[in-house]
Amino acid sequence: MKHTLDDPQTALLDVRNLQVSFKTRRGIVIALHDVSFEVGRGEMIGIVGESGSGKSVASYAVLGLLDRAGSVDGGDIEYGGMDLRAARESEMRDIRGREISMIFQNPRVSLNPIRRVGHQIEDVLIAHSQATRLNAKERAIAMLDLVKIREPEKRYHTYPFEMSGGMCQRVVIALALACKPELLIADEPTTGLDVTTQKAVMDLLVDLARARNMATILITHDLGVASAYCNRIVVMEKGRVVEAGETGTLFTEARHPYTQKLIRATPRRTSRLRQLLSAADPRADTVAPERRIDISADAPPLLAVKDLVKSYPVAGGVAGPGLLGRATRLVRGTKGEAEEGAGLFNAVDHVSLDLRAGESLGLVGESGCGKSTLSSIIARLIDATSGTVEFEGVDLTATPASDFARSPHRPAVQMVFQDPTESLNPRFTAFQSIADPLRRIAGVKGRQALGAKVEELSAKVGLPSALLGRFPHQLSGGQKARVGIARAIALDPRLLILDEPTSALDVSVQAVVLNLLADLRAELGMSYIFVSHDLTVVRLLCDRVIVMRQGKIVEQGAADAILDRPSDPYTRSLIDAIPHFQPVAGAAAPLSAAPPA
Amino acid sequence: MARRSKSALVGRRLLQAAPSVVGIIIVTFLLTRALPGDPAVYFAGPAADENSIAQIRASLGLDRPLHEQFIFYVGDLLQGDLGKSLSTGQPVLDEILSRLPASLELTLLALIFSIAVALPLGVLAATRPNSWIDQLCRIVTTAGVSLPTFFTGLFLVYVFYYLLGLAPAPMGRLNIAFLPPDPVTGFFTIDALLAGDLETFWAAIGQLILPAITLGLFTLAPIARMTRGAMLQALGSEFIRTARAAGLPRRKVVLTYGLGNAVLPVVTTLGMVFSFMLGSNVLVEKVFAWPGIGSYAIEALVASDYAAVQGFVLTMAILFVVVNLAIDIVYTMIDPRVGIEG
Repeated sequence: MKHTLDDPQTALLDVRNLQVSFKTRRGIVIALHDVSFEVGRGEMIGIVGESGSGKSVASYAVLGLLDRAGSVDGGDIEYGGMDLRAARESEMRDIRGREISMIFQNPRVSLNPIRRVGHQIEDVLIAHSQATRLNAKERAIAMLDLVKIREPEKRYHTYPFEMSGGMCQRVVIALALACKPELLIADEPTTGLDVTTQKAVMDLLVDLARARNMATILITHDLGVASAYCNRIVVMEKGRVVEAGETGTLFTEARHPYTQKLIRATPRRTSRLRQLLSAADPRADTVAPERRIDISADAPPLLAVKDLVKSYPVAGGVAGPGLLGRATRLVRGTKGEAEEGAGLFNAVDHVSLDLRAGESLGLVGESGCGKSTLSSIIARLIDATSGTVEFEGVDLTATPASDFARSPHRPAVQMVFQDPTESLNPRFTAFQSIADPLRRIAGVKGRQALGAKVEELSAKVGLPSALLGRFPHQLSGGQKARVGIARAIALDPRLLILDEPTSALDVSVQAVVLNLLADLRAELGMSYIFVSHDLTVVRLLCDRVIVMRQGKIVEQGAADAILDRPSDPYTRSLIDAIPHFQPVAGAAAPLSAAPPA
Repeated sequence: MARRSKSALVGRRLLQAAPSVVGIIIVTFLLTRALPGDPAVYFAGPAADENSIAQIRASLGLDRPLHEQFIFYVGDLLQGDLGKSLSTGQPVLDEILSRLPASLELTLLALIFSIAVALPLGVLAATRPNSWIDQLCRIVTTAGVSLPTFFTGLFLVYVFYYLLGLAPAPMGRLNIAFLPPDPVTGFFTIDALLAGDLETFWAAIGQLILPAITLGLFTLAPIARMTRGAMLQALGSEFIRTARAAGLPRRKVVLTYGLGNAVLPVVTTLGMVFSFMLGSNVLVEKVFAWPGIGSYAIEALVASDYAAVQGFVLTMAILFVVVNLAIDIVYTMIDPRVGIEG
């Protein structure tokens, strides 16, 4: 598939029929088949695709940064009329950083952890003779200023671990742009950052690119980000370019089924759960099952959290364990001082909430807002400083978290964790992972009884029983997520706490898992607490949403109402920061055909 | 702010060392009492009868209850008295102080030698995996650990002294033709330099080289392996990719960015290797007739010379604490992240 630009003179980077393969233990794997794309001067193009699509490999090949096992087997890479495939390593080194720069996902680990950020920027300036030892510091500080880091003179001396993720990404951008490159390749630059930080970083990138007339390749899995910032989009699947075109037309007139599937799976403000599924799925565009359980207002709540506080000592503070109680009382008296270093920091600050049986509650906020701490206290994995968690009228906080595994309430409250890979024991097969709680807590004994129960659970979560003998590394992300869910529902919990269960998954997998969760809830009558930073995803699964900030609840109410008419300015800023992905309906995916929910 | 917390950290680490020293004193005392063999019997000689043995036991204070013995022991320790060696009749402290510098000098030189070889070898092996230099690294490290030190020692003596005549006779720290320099540090090489006596310096170096290489070959393996592993990990990390994508020169990427991070685990290994070498180079000391602390300990052990053994164990344990302390402090200096997490 070739996509020629109308005006070839403007093409800065021209990649033609690129073929890349990797040597692996199982033989040679072709990572890119005939990939072609081009970038004009000052243009911003997006390369989108899910994991394994080869979108990053293409850019590594351009910069000659493929690892040892990888090799470029065919095709041309031309940059400003220069053949990059024929370039020697020393020439490539001159090009990297000065002509073509790259920034990466996960800014925290993209910087040398034991070198001051200022020195890292200087290294680049000096490597490309853009500065001498005399003026390098001045130039580095100017770069920090350019990426809008406050007090650049002070920040020059800091180490990466002393900065937030967003700050680190700004430093990485400063480093990449220090030598005024013509082309910037940004590989998932905002994945893992909060939505508001994502917006700030992307806006900064776009402003700088515009000011310098710099071409940009944005590699992302997020169609929302791509559509919000790119002129043109290249869609990749399994090492091939399946479709490419102007942003406006590509999303509304997507021809390739993969593009259509991606568009469908990307949640937007108005989507309903079933609309996310691939058109090939028989459940697609049907109505998601409703809860069977009535949420009657007069029934006592399933869960009542009252005035919950969790404080941590602040580094440099005076608080030892013995002082904790007294200091908490002190902090209580003077609200707002907690963050200012009064010795204690309230990760959860006097939070009260109710959850009715069968209800699904979303807990939303940015990293550090206390949502994960709160959910861990409710799941009784950590202890609260003060306050109570009542479950069906019983105070769960009466049992310390360290003993809660033996509590009769342990089966009733279960959790699904964020990273499906990290949360499974790598030495357990899927069967063992699911059987573990059955054996330890439910006391299911005997091979046959255990086997039958595990089979039943795996059938419930749609995990083929042939996969039960596999270890986590032999399963895909979606399959691992199913194992995690099966393990959590093994004990027939009445409350399931879902901590960002889909944030590590590809959008199409996320669509399937979210639907699975909705089906399970309807079938088993569980209540959910769904913790997420992503409001559009929360809305799909939740009746009610609580927005948290700095340990406090800033707003709560019906999910749709909050998303459509936020009353708190913080909630509004969160919603505004979500890239607006709204391809016009009536195109490939007949969204209008979906029945109103 | 950052600096102040660093020095506070070092201070706290120093304080933490104090209880371990107290623990060491207790444990060494108990351990030496648990040694098989009765020092009184040994001291009395083969012809002694029950009566004279009991007399000697009383004169050594060995008939008292354990806790009384301990109080005497600690009281003596506070006065710098480690007791008298039963076999030589010399104060243990004097003997250890005269022998420790010999072992330290040998061990330090051996360590310098093995760092000088192992670090570049590990770095080169990591930058070119599966190349000939990587294979060489593998062979050298395997040979280093698998050949016993007495074998390599004897082999080197055979080749360089007996066949080639390049090395001096393996007879202690200095040829008898030379007088030991005035003791300042106890290191012959440094003392000779301080005295301005180059001839003695070279003679001392000549005596040191073969045992140092023998010992160094043995310790090369863990350092080279650790360097290679840490380098591979560092070079595979994402900040190296960023550095390469920014077009930094290869030297800068490998040395400043790669080695700068890889050196952290290597420093920890160095501390362990050093402490290990110091106490366990008995075989090398025996082969080269080196008057070090290792051979002293073995002789004392064979003779059930509990005061000497106790003194040796105590010295080694304190050295171990000091070395670990030094490593921790060095670590705090080179890794800015230490202190925030701790």
